[in-house]
Amino acid sequence: MANSQTTSGIVAGRLPADRIAKNFGDLHPAYQPHEAAVAADRCYFCHDAPCMTACPTSIDIPLFIRQIATGTPEAAAKTIFEQNILGGMCARVCPTETLCEEACVRETAEGKPVEIGRLQRYATDTLMARNAHPFTRAASTGKKVAVVGAGPSGLACAHRLAMLGHDVVIFEARPKAGGLNEFGIAAYKAPNHFAEREVAWLMQIGGITMEEGKALGRDITLAGLKADYDAVFLSIGLGGVNALRAEGEDKDGVRDAVDFIADLRQSGDLTGLPVGRDVVVIGGGMTAVDAAVQSKLLGAENVTIAYRRGQESMSASRYEQDLAAQNGVRLMFNLRPVAVHGNGSAAEIELEYTTTEGGKLTGTGETIRLKADQVFKAIGQTLTDAPEGIAIEGGKIAVTGAGRTSVAGVWAGGDCASGGEDLTVTAVAEGRDAALDIHATLTA
Amino acid sequence: MADLTTEFLGIKSPNPFWLASAPPTDKEYNVRRAFEAGWGGVVWKTLGSEGPPVVNVNGPRYGAIYGADRRLLGLNNIELITDRPLQTNLEEITRVKKDYPDRALIVSLMVPCDEESWKAILPLVEETGADGIELNFGCPHGMAERGMGSAVGQVPEYITMVTEWCKKYYSKPVIVKLTPNITDIRNPARAAFQGNADAVSLINTINSITSVDLDLMAPQPTIDGKGTHGGYCGPAVKPIALNMVAEIARDPQTHGKPISAIGGITTWRDAAEFMVMGAGNVQVCTAAMTYGFKVVQEMISGLSQWMDDKGYTSTSDFIGQAVPNVTDWQYLNLNYVTKAKIDQDACIKCGRCYAACEDTSHQAIWMKPGRVFEVNDAECVACNLCVDVCPVESCISMVELQAGEMDERTGKVVEAEYANWTTHPNNPAALKAAE
Repeated sequence: MANSQTTSGIVAGRLPADRIAKNFGDLHPAYQPHEAAVAADRCYFCHDAPCMTACPTSIDIPLFIRQIATGTPEAAAKTIFEQNILGGMCARVCPTETLCEEACVRETAEGKPVEIGRLQRYATDTLMARNAHPFTRAASTGKKVAVVGAGPSGLACAHRLAMLGHDVVIFEARPKAGGLNEFGIAAYKAPNHFAEREVAWLMQIGGITMEEGKALGRDITLAGLKADYDAVFLSIGLGGVNALRAEGEDKDGVRDAVDFIADLRQSGDLTGLPVGRDVVVIGGGMTAVDAAVQSKLLGAENVTIAYRRGQESMSASRYEQDLAAQNGVRLMFNLRPVAVHGNGSAAEIELEYTTTEGGKLTGTGETIRLKADQVFKAIGQTLTDAPEGIAIEGGKIAVTGAGRTSVAGVWAGGDCASGGEDLTVTAVAEGRDAALDIHATLTA
Repeated sequence: MADLTTEFLGIKSPNPFWLASAPPTDKEYNVRRAFEAGWGGVVWKTLGSEGPPVVNVNGPRYGAIYGADRRLLGLNNIELITDRPLQTNLEEITRVKKDYPDRALIVSLMVPCDEESWKAILPLVEETGADGIELNFGCPHGMAERGMGSAVGQVPEYITMVTEWCKKYYSKPVIVKLTPNITDIRNPARAAFQGNADAVSLINTINSITSVDLDLMAPQPTIDGKGTHGGYCGPAVKPIALNMVAEIARDPQTHGKPISAIGGITTWRDAAEFMVMGAGNVQVCTAAMTYGFKVVQEMISGLSQWMDDKGYTSTSDFIGQAVPNVTDWQYLNLNYVTKAKIDQDACIKCGRCYAACEDTSHQAIWMKPGRVFEVNDAECVACNLCVDVCPVESCISMVELQAGEMDERTGKVVEAEYANWTTHPNNPAALKAAE
């Protein structure tokens, strides 16, 4: 093989195909039935369970685990899907360590929570393997709803609306549905085209038309949708990425982490995907970890995450940080980028040490240089392409209640909407709740 | 989702899951919560005669048996019948039944063993609008000492007599709840139906002492240094209850008579097992006391899924389906030969099958180098102990030898024909018949 981990520059094929395949296999292998039974037996069936409260979609976790324990994982899946139609993906990508599993009383008692995420996956995988859709549509209401964006929030909204008897058209700017599930999360969290299969399974409810390659502001307008549909749900995500505001940011080799992850997710052959030898990821969230770990798994020799604040402030969970460290990613804290050096292409990044005084981040003036032929920006995303005339709050579409925007007849949810954490599961909850509100409004 | 609507003695309920007469059904507050949670019916905790109510102990009433991970497997209680005034209960029953006409509401009764006592209470119960009564002939503690509860249930003649009184003074269905603290359950069941009972329900709790406090040298639960036997219930008693239900279901004298099954029912599967064994519905107590009323949701979804998978559209489709397959030992096919087989891929090499077989059974498992465990067909009697102790489900299976195959243990070729003990040459009775 021509390239190796120590080949300089941004090149493909640093690792042999078998290593790549192994690296990008399932992060958490699926439970075998016996493992699921043992894990399910640990659940106490708590009253008013803390795990359920901690779940943004309020899945009845004790009930679904009991249904697994009594040999009916399909019934368990239905319990999950009633609240969260993307329960399969959420089982894979939810930061359970900061949600349900953190709240588990066995975490309190023993430091070992019931493995809720893996049990959820066991249940949902079992039902989806039957390739049967557990829900049927209500009688047609004759109402039409436009959903803009086929990410988790848009899909959840569309599914619930379709279930309630409305006809839904989803407009998706990209050529493929799924949103961040398809383009934005680490490949090892949902291998084997899970996001794509999940969308196809979800669509089995019927009554949903998917219009791909239709972007708001380019191919469709809010005014047009408002005229043609009884309601509109905006789930357009965050299209932009914050700038580093560092000198030399425009050099070759500096790019958005989300684009790198999207390329990786859509790559048919990861041995053909180029990655740097010395990769530096700027940021402290899940996207930073996903980009860094996957760079390492592709064969980058040195991968560093540089975060401007202390470890305790990182939005990536401790579990994610440990995952990065286990994969050989170096985590550096209290460092902010000041310049990218190199002759046309990035070669080094210069970072300044920071301190936080009275909540305000300041540079100390001391800098450090790291080799960096590839720099990924993962310092947050911004709303772009918001329709004119809609109120914005804190850089997002302002919503009140169940996703109501400032424009009558228009709802919004997911990352583009104000409030809530930018998590898949939160997006699903917002989409579902907006659908219920739209339904109540349309049938009032 | 399958329709779980069940009709028992003409009483319709949205599902076959009733709460048994016990603390969970002691008062309006609990029963309303139960109905809101989805229970199909309740048997109201036992009422006694008018007058000063019974009193309960003021110390612990329950004792427990645990499995691994402190899972509650058995519960023992020394609580008596309701300790609230009769009138209060009757008023509450009337209100609840009025508000939940679609749910079954049965009133459990226990009054002294004389006609006057029954004649006095039955019209009062009739007035509540409840769907039927259940005669508590089962409680083994406290009330039995006063000539009620299991003291009646242990004397078939009394059962018949009281049941007759109830049929005389009460117009709706009469269910007789049986005590398992008896040698042969068929006798009290026959007695109940002889007295024209509409159904029997069983089992009530089993006499038990759950544990002994080794410092106090006293049974638990301990009341001021003393303890008494109580009634045992929960998952631990299910096999006993299942057998008693089966005995009644297959007894020619009571076959086909309505049975409401009670005894450790915790999951949908337990319920299904009792129903295929002849029960028209089931009553639950300990599972609710352990996990709360919400536990019925799993029973509903599970039974419904199983019915869908099997193609059953009504509970009546499967009630009693297993009864014809319960037989006496002497009729089991002795020409049915199986051998244990260990799935080497599934085996985790714990060696429990080996220890069990080598130490306590038939030395039919080899332990080979590398902790490989294999069955020696020449010794295997197919006792199933290895299957039972194996921690891995489906790792060891019993494989049937086909007719014509050699049973290496006996050196005989397996015969296709059914043959049982009644005709076996080793059976002296069989030989005598042949002579």
